[in-house]
Amino acid sequence: MTPAIEVKNLKKYFEVHGGLLHAVDDVSFQINPGTTMGVVGESGCGKSTLGRTIIHLHESTDGQIFLNGEDITFLKRKELKRIRQEMQIIFQDPYSSINPRMTIEEIIADPLKCYGWKGKELEEKVTELMDYTGVEQRLRMSYPHELDGGRRQRVGIARALALDPKFIVCDEPVSALDVSIQAQVLNLLMDLQEQNNLTLMFVTHDLSVVKLIANNICVMYLGQLVETASTEKLFESPLHPYTKALLSAVPSVDVDHPTKRILIQGELTSPINPKPGCRFYARCPYASEQCKQPQKLEEVEEGHMVSCCRVKEIN
Amino acid sequence: MVKSQANAGSPVKTRRRKESQFVMIFRRVLKDRAATISLCVIAFFVLVAIFAPLLAPYDPYELDKSALLSPPSWAHPFGTDQLGRDVLSRLIYGSRYSLTLGMLGSVVSLVCACILGCLAGYFGGIVESIIMRCGDVMMSLPGTLLSIIISAALGPGYFTTLVALTVGGIFGPTRMLRGQILRERGQEYLEAAEAYHCSKPKIMFTHLLPNSISPLLLGFFMGISGTITSAAGLSFLGLGIQPPMAEWGAMLSDGRNYLRTAPYLIVFPGLIIMIFSWCMALFGDALRDALDPKMKT
Repeated sequence: MTPAIEVKNLKKYFEVHGGLLHAVDDVSFQINPGTTMGVVGESGCGKSTLGRTIIHLHESTDGQIFLNGEDITFLKRKELKRIRQEMQIIFQDPYSSINPRMTIEEIIADPLKCYGWKGKELEEKVTELMDYTGVEQRLRMSYPHELDGGRRQRVGIARALALDPKFIVCDEPVSALDVSIQAQVLNLLMDLQEQNNLTLMFVTHDLSVVKLIANNICVMYLGQLVETASTEKLFESPLHPYTKALLSAVPSVDVDHPTKRILIQGELTSPINPKPGCRFYARCPYASEQCKQPQKLEEVEEGHMVSCCRVKEIN
Repeated sequence: MVKSQANAGSPVKTRRRKESQFVMIFRRVLKDRAATISLCVIAFFVLVAIFAPLLAPYDPYELDKSALLSPPSWAHPFGTDQLGRDVLSRLIYGSRYSLTLGMLGSVVSLVCACILGCLAGYFGGIVESIIMRCGDVMMSLPGTLLSIIISAALGPGYFTTLVALTVGGIFGPTRMLRGQILRERGQEYLEAAEAYHCSKPKIMFTHLLPNSISPLLLGFFMGISGTITSAAGLSFLGLGIQPPMAEWGAMLSDGRNYLRTAPYLIVFPGLIIMIFSWCMALFGDALRDALDPKMKT
């Protein structure tokens, strides 16, 4: 089966004052059609940049991106138009992701207009999308500020679905919402995925969300993938020291068996001109001399890849 | 067949609603009493300009030797000037030149400022540098001096005055708009538009501009009256509108020699300019508020 999205050695560097910021560094993974890939990591680890680079909001520095087996890494603007229908994005902040001066109808219709939809067809499509995402028809002529966060996010989802994409990057779509609305939006996303066989890349820092929605998980640290596995496997037996620490931070309701917190010391090291070797070196409790060598993502068991040279000794 | 169906079906409903959006903005403006009054006054001025030949009691260019510098009376409500021309008639005819000069000048400056400001703010880099440095050069010259240079180079007249006043008014708003756009640029709805491949001009003019333009609107309406007084300054120097053409600013500068003996020669044009500017500012303020969808009035 051709993966819906495949990324090979993707790099995205930003030129900043003082050097190159390695936002995404040598990331490879694939997402099968109809599945959800969760991307987790702390703030500033490059997970949003990864999503945005894949859908060409940023130009990639190096590497390859395949959409349904077609290399789409470097395309001209005209060709880009064709593939952008296939890939869309849902943003984190529903307050800044929709234009405050447009009505809800205009917001949802805008992508369709860019692809030449007109008149009655356009109108019917908007109606359909609103029904589909649970935005009430009476809100058609409302402005975004009249809507609450959950409804705004639904509008954002309707806009993303307007062009019938097959792959959607969800950039922390629920982190700005309160918990009850989070559940509604997550349910909506899962329903939509089921009905349309959507492939999702779900970027988040919320592990409980990712556990619910993702089939596979990538853990990122400072622009690099440190571990990837299926959701069950990752939560059951995390292998990388960073993943372990991350998972141990999830609060547990089980009073009798409290999870042991692994506390990471120190600050995130700078992503500007990073040293070769394991990026987690400075904060890792198991750091040793060999960790200063460049690390490779290696398959430990089927579908479970870890980028840690000491993985066998630790576990 | 299909067409008639489309007209009979749902589109009609939405079209009606879309019109109501304009009506809504209009209604919001009318809620502000000061704005309503100023709108009426502006409308009155515009009507006067249009129907000037019907309204003016005298020919504005006709000389009357029997009534030189006569003070306001029933025959000449605003008096007559040093050549015996009726001030009221001249004011009525003058509104044609003054209003078109003020409005055209401001509209053209605003349109240029929108285009340049959008380009500079959206593209950044070298485009921005070129536009903004040109602006710096223009803005380092005093506005009046710039207008003088341009109208001296092009020669006096209505059209050249318009050009001279327009050019000076472009870069102030451009700078302001660029600043607004820089503030707006990080917003995610622009990225969303980029993600569905909205064309760049469309992003600039349908997404960025409506969200950045409101601070310019007030300046635009204030600018109309500013343009009228600048035109007065130019005709004072003998460069703008040429006598005997009746124009408010020109009348003001013509009357200066008779300030002590016949103050009504500048009081009435001055009052008219003041009332007009004031109404423009009030209306501009109300319109800016009404265009903001977040206003709940």
